[in-house]
Amino acid sequence: MGAHGPAKGLTRWLTTTNHKDIGSMYLWFSFAMFLLGGSFAMIIRAELFQPGLQIVQPEFFNQMTTMHGLVMVFGAIMPAFVGLANWMIPLMIGAPDMALPRMNNWSFWILPPTFLLLASTLFMEGGGPNFGWTFYAPLSTTYAPPSVTFFIFAVHAMGISSIMGSINIIATIVNMRAPGMTYMKMPMFVWTWLITAFLLVAVMPVLAGAVTMMLMDIHFGTSFFNAAGGGDPVLFQHVFWFFGHPEVYIIILPAFGVVSEVIPTFSRKPLFGYDSMVYATASIAFLSFIVWAHHMYTVGLPIAGELFFMYATMLIAVPTAAKVFNWITTMFKGSITLETPMLFAIAKVFLFTVGGFSGLMLAIAPADFQYHDSYFVVAHFHYTMVAGAIFALSSAVYYWLPKWTGKMYNETMGKAHFWISFLGFNLTFFPQHFVGLAGMPRRIPDYNLMFADFNMMSSIGAFIYGTSQLLFLFNIVRTITHGKPVNSDKVWDGATTLEWTVPSPAPYHTFSTPPEVK
Amino acid sequence: MATANKNVAKTTGKLLVLSVAMFAFAMWVMPPLYNALCEVLGINGKTSGRYEVVESAVDTTRTVKVQFVAQNNEMMPWEFAPNTSQVEVHPGEPAQVTFYAKNTQSRFMVSQSIPSLVPSRAAEYFHKTECFCFNNQPLEAGAEADMPLRFIVDRDLPKDIHVITLSYTIFDVTEMAAKQESLAASN
Repeated sequence: MGAHGPAKGLTRWLTTTNHKDIGSMYLWFSFAMFLLGGSFAMIIRAELFQPGLQIVQPEFFNQMTTMHGLVMVFGAIMPAFVGLANWMIPLMIGAPDMALPRMNNWSFWILPPTFLLLASTLFMEGGGPNFGWTFYAPLSTTYAPPSVTFFIFAVHAMGISSIMGSINIIATIVNMRAPGMTYMKMPMFVWTWLITAFLLVAVMPVLAGAVTMMLMDIHFGTSFFNAAGGGDPVLFQHVFWFFGHPEVYIIILPAFGVVSEVIPTFSRKPLFGYDSMVYATASIAFLSFIVWAHHMYTVGLPIAGELFFMYATMLIAVPTAAKVFNWITTMFKGSITLETPMLFAIAKVFLFTVGGFSGLMLAIAPADFQYHDSYFVVAHFHYTMVAGAIFALSSAVYYWLPKWTGKMYNETMGKAHFWISFLGFNLTFFPQHFVGLAGMPRRIPDYNLMFADFNMMSSIGAFIYGTSQLLFLFNIVRTITHGKPVNSDKVWDGATTLEWTVPSPAPYHTFSTPPEVK
Repeated sequence: MATANKNVAKTTGKLLVLSVAMFAFAMWVMPPLYNALCEVLGINGKTSGRYEVVESAVDTTRTVKVQFVAQNNEMMPWEFAPNTSQVEVHPGEPAQVTFYAKNTQSRFMVSQSIPSLVPSRAAEYFHKTECFCFNNQPLEAGAEADMPLRFIVDRDLPKDIHVITLSYTIFDVTEMAAKQESLAASN
């Protein structure tokens, strides 16, 4: 064996089975998708800068809202966390690589053609998907543009990719931990990913089922969702949200894992309440399966259903609050320093909690009839998705970049990125709570004059937030090309997990002999 | 290392089974389960099957208006309409109406009608003792038929419901019926 390194040339990336190569490809791919989905968001905000129609037609606006959601959820956030999992899980549990390296290569390489296909629908006759990222039938069946078949194929492909990726992660964590690394000694990031991967294996097939039924309805004359044929469009919503609610925890749980690594490191204290963190994560995952209909309060559920889903949803606040209190207690009396990863992690905890509170408001069934389909919902889920997931991802990138590259990023530029993002993000989404409560509907390209000022603020905030991501990209590239080499393997003096015991940059092969964990 | 590989294969196998099972659950369990729950709980406007007549007094103190709507699925070329667009009945009183169907094509066809009722709360109080929707309806080329529907509105219908609308959509099931027939013949 010896110290053989990566193959030379471009084919290295096509044929690689190395978890670090594949992790890097996932991260770069997701960053590209983040910029693509972000540019769709810029078009949306540019159109909403003023009331009336200025820049795009309503048909195209609908395609933009749909594609923004699809690309960000399935192309940016999910692959980014899978990339982190690929890079970090073997390093954190002392394994030489992922359990199924060839499948790992395949699950990544499905993604670029899939998203190329999805993006190409925008140039097809009738345009791309225009029915919202939730693709409710019959909008996505009877009234869909012809390109919907390509959309269905793309969803199938990304589902297969996610399922393979998750199986790989579970197989790695279950079978390849270093001797002495018991389940209750695993870093929280590994724990959250183990639970997330189970959620993925359980619900991505349900999504595949939903789009398969759509395909049958569109091309093979069935009537799963067609009321005229004895089917029911409401069934679509049940199937979709049975996938969709666990999906939002699939996005947020690895983010919880990231901040559970970053906060102890920069507080120089072990994570407070490790066991309760594990149980809280598992409880959230379990509850995610029995709350799906809180997305559907207005479809005409029986009163008993409304009450059940309302109480079950509110119950999720309990384990989530346990986690927030644990993070705060970890920081309490710690020797805190505020490097960029820590800034993003603290902002994530704070802003995610804001999103959690608006989630509690939305969970109240009678109140939801007012909030439903309004900008209040948009504000809520961007506080959880952008501040909750993307801030955690930024935190993770700054935290582990010195380990990946062996070089230190520019701290001043990192802090500038943080503060501009923080300002831009809140300027974009906080006013959306107000316009939402005042009745502005989501997914509409025009609005009442009374919403004009807040929308202009939102748009300016969005441009600021969007631009700050270019600074992020510049900082990363600059680190790789011109960064100052880090002087210790540990990088952060408060870091304790196994990945900090290998050299920086992490060599191509690590832990060929498993480390001893005490 | 060999045992590690075996364990990985075992984990992978189990997870593959789980994902296939969840796909099957979404495709073949959720839709029928949803329909069954709707029927049992009487929600979502799905009416139930044949009702056995129970002798009961007629509630003459109030009348309920029952309206009939008929429509064709996109691919269905038949003429299809209710002969009576609405009737007024007392709860507990049996009533009969007919729907008209004509096969406008020059070939034998089989149809199936699917009911839906609003307000959905009324579904469990609307009893059909006879309905053309219980079976499919074959018609020779150019033939026509008046198809019967007998029903009773339950005496326990909530007092605030005064109008019930029953909608039928007619589907072309010729191919499906032919397949079932050939299956039955081969047995």
